[in-house]
Amino acid sequence: MTGLADSASQTPALAPLSLDQALALYRRMVLIRRFEDTVQVLFQRGEVPGTTHLYSGQEAVATGVASILEPRDRVAGTYRGHGHALSLGVDPQALLDEMLGRASGLCGGRAGSMNVIDLAHGLMGCYGIVGGSIGAATGAALALKRSGGVAVAYFGEGATNQGYFHECLNFAKVHNLPALYVCENNLYGEFTPMEDVTAGRIVARAQTLELPAETIDGNDLWAVRAAAAAAVARARDGGGPQFIEALTYRFVGHSRSDPGAYRKPGELDAWRQRDPLKLTRAGILERYETADEAQLDATDADVERQIEQMIAAGLAAPYPTPGPAAEFKA
Amino acid sequence: MPTLEFREAIRQAIDESLAADERVILFGEDVAVAGGVFVTTPGLYEKYGPERVFDTPISELAITSAAYGSAVCGLRPVIEIMFGDFLPLAMDSIVNQAAKFFYISGEQGSVPLVVRAAVGAGGRFGAIHSQNPGTWFQNVPGLKVVAPSTPADALALLKASIADDNPVLFLEHKRLYSVKQELESVGDEPVSLGQARVVREGLDVTLVSIMKGVGDCLEAAARLSSIGVQAEVIDLRTLRPFDHDTLLASLAKTNRLVAIEEGPLTGGWAGEVLAVVAEHGLHDIDDVWRLATPDHPIPFSPPLEDAFLPGVDTIVASVCERLGVQAPR
Repeated sequence: MTGLADSASQTPALAPLSLDQALALYRRMVLIRRFEDTVQVLFQRGEVPGTTHLYSGQEAVATGVASILEPRDRVAGTYRGHGHALSLGVDPQALLDEMLGRASGLCGGRAGSMNVIDLAHGLMGCYGIVGGSIGAATGAALALKRSGGVAVAYFGEGATNQGYFHECLNFAKVHNLPALYVCENNLYGEFTPMEDVTAGRIVARAQTLELPAETIDGNDLWAVRAAAAAAVARARDGGGPQFIEALTYRFVGHSRSDPGAYRKPGELDAWRQRDPLKLTRAGILERYETADEAQLDATDADVERQIEQMIAAGLAAPYPTPGPAAEFKA
Repeated sequence: MPTLEFREAIRQAIDESLAADERVILFGEDVAVAGGVFVTTPGLYEKYGPERVFDTPISELAITSAAYGSAVCGLRPVIEIMFGDFLPLAMDSIVNQAAKFFYISGEQGSVPLVVRAAVGAGGRFGAIHSQNPGTWFQNVPGLKVVAPSTPADALALLKASIADDNPVLFLEHKRLYSVKQELESVGDEPVSLGQARVVREGLDVTLVSIMKGVGDCLEAAARLSSIGVQAEVIDLRTLRPFDHDTLLASLAKTNRLVAIEEGPLTGGWAGEVLAVVAEHGLHDIDDVWRLATPDHPIPFSPPLEDAFLPGVDTIVASVCERLGVQAPR
């Protein structure tokens, strides 16, 4: 863990989760994983058109951050954004229907996997251009400064090499905007290892602009919650933009066509030992005397039933009808 | 008689919009404390304070994306991109974020922002501070592109742009900033974006332009009148939406139409004018053509730049040649 010395010290303690709350977060993480597995299967069956970028392996980041947010906050996700959406409570059926290109999709089938938007759940957008989420959340923070809200941007470590990153973190700092920048460092930008294309440390880039910044274990739900709670509290209190680098790993390829041949030998297996779902299960059993495996297994089974129903409903949903569409809001 | 200067019209439109709606904010490079490098926003920082009028880093992508994000979250930002030539730095936010949001969100929300930019040649600013980027954006669904020619229109169209719920690119020709117009002719009626205007009526030929080109067309029309050629002049006012009806109605009357564009011939909006009249008004056409700039970058040296731009002389000579009449002396 690295961080500015003053970043974590002035923060009130985060109230511990009740068992029910912890189980609800675990359920959400399982839902994200099973949702992504489902998208993958439906893609291979030809039911999901285009391309997909799955969040499998990174569930603790979005789930942990979202567990700290309030309805007045806003989130900008990435093209790997299904997890960002589901963590906010976006209707999984509507999200799946969007992947399937159906009229009942979250955006009526107009957006697809990479560009999901759900304003009702605080998701201002997911951005198919690397770094776009950073700009979007910076603007959101400008508006939320009036209402006490905080804007969160998710992005990968690859986005820290984009102009958006430097321009917007500087912009947010000089205007003291309530933004939380969450870099999900999954070690690869598409197929290329981070170290081949990235100079220096990610967190140092934020620190040089004097954002409170720390590197955390992004697969540890409790670590994410603690860091996010502190950062969000500081941003909400007028402390300006905050930065978290969450170390994590995607268990799948960059996109649908990528088998992940570039991974170092043993790397995937090592990260699977630190699967955020496994860690969360273990964490719950360790923290709550009344928790048991049966509860967690029941949660898994419950999500499984939900997924089965969603697949059936999604595949039965009608496609949108081609026809004239409004270019502008009247 | 009291007059309104173009740059004052810009200031007044923003001032009235800031006063009328708390959600309106203004930001950009040197727009606040300094009052704008083209002196279009003086006094607004002092009047509305740093929360609503503020200076930014020289970061066009951040400025534009901040406008986009704040518009999605309830504000109505007006930003200045100092020179239109800097818009390529902000392209992702304008084209991919702002312009597409309404449609791809399934119409969950819209993006009420205005990007102002100073554009146009003739000031010896060279190839990269003189372009007219309107056509780059005419091809982007979801974006409105406004290009006023007079102080009165600058006032009315900028107010309408700020009140519009969609992203608007508002282009200000640098050679118009010091143009003054008599105040009595400044109407206060609301205008809708996407409506061209017939600024002079005539029967023999239609001259179509935007921004500074409209004034050039009016001057050319006056000279043509001296040899008995009655030119109609159309100010498009917006490049997107694109007003087909006004073009076609004028063509039906004059049967001859020339589009005068301060911008490269290939791929310009003048080509779109010709496409519209050919597609929908073929039976009305005796002659249609374009006057635009050569397909090379804008030169710096005064004689090179002057020869490069389509001016009054060029318009008059071209019309006379196409109509087969002797040019006025």
